[in-house]
Amino acid sequence: MTVSTELELQSFVLLRLGERRFAVSATQIAELVAPSRVFRFAHRTPKLEGVILRRGRIVPVCDVSEILLGKRWTSRRFYLIAVRNYGPQREWVAVPVTGECELINAEMMSAGESDAPHVAGWLSHDGDVIEVLNLDVLTPGPEQALAERATPQGAEARP
Amino acid sequence: MRLAAPAKLGLAKSEQIILFRVSGQLFAVSSASVQEVRSVDSLSGAAEEINAPGLRKVRHVLRRGDRSLFIVNGAMHFGLHAAEGTLLFVLRKTRTALLIDGIEKMTSMTRLQALPLSFCHEERRWYRGLTALDQTVVPVVHPEGFLSPEELAQLDAAILEADHSAGEAVEGTDSTQ
Repeated sequence: MTVSTELELQSFVLLRLGERRFAVSATQIAELVAPSRVFRFAHRTPKLEGVILRRGRIVPVCDVSEILLGKRWTSRRFYLIAVRNYGPQREWVAVPVTGECELINAEMMSAGESDAPHVAGWLSHDGDVIEVLNLDVLTPGPEQALAERATPQGAEARP
Repeated sequence: MRLAAPAKLGLAKSEQIILFRVSGQLFAVSSASVQEVRSVDSLSGAAEEINAPGLRKVRHVLRRGDRSLFIVNGAMHFGLHAAEGTLLFVLRKTRTALLIDGIEKMTSMTRLQALPLSFCHEERRWYRGLTALDQTVVPVVHPEGFLSPEELAQLDAAILEADHSAGEAVEGTDSTQ
């Protein structure tokens, strides 16, 4: 008897932040663009730097390096523009990345209970085990704001 | 991946706006929301001090008959570096007089984009949305977003307390005489 395992290959975009690589489902990616001017204004949402103008849209720039690397990574080469779900609504968010991105096909293993909430799963590529990111958890939104209100921290304005 | 067009907030025609600065940063307000523009110098003697604990952005109140207008320091409201305000916007249909650095210019906007949902804290109350003008993005303030109903109640209570204390002081002076 032969047991055949059917691999469920999915497309992912590999992004680089500092020395590390992360993956995001390709279905969530809109485009990769060169850095442009970030417009900053007063607000109180952590992790948001400001907004960029892209194809007539105003797109928030969300720096996820501190969460993923433990420190802010200021050098950046591109913005990965991804689709973020807010319940039934979908909007673009720009995630700064520090290197080229790569499109791959791989099989994703589901995240375990001990994984951080922003980890959607894991994949193996080129001998590395790479985190697949859940941008809906990683980037700010109303659900995170509710959670923060439950555990308040001093939020400062970010001009 | 295609997305629905960004949410526009019903601006079929253009809307006149005033661009102004607070602590060096640019903001916009609908000119229809500004009832009066006054220089801070013209208020000397007219504004009374007010002290509402925990509400540092309001230090003065203007009494106009039975109506009180609270002077909100724009820099403190937005959490920016403190700056000496030079102008006041008396905002229509509110009890707010906004202290600003100065007016940049008057212009018009044809499109107001909803604040992206990633912005999920107080700024949702502060801004009606964002507008792109001359290759820059400017937040358009919500005139009613400077003082919440709770803050107004707190300020009204502070006025009552100040009036009460002043009344007692006058009575004390009268009885001494």
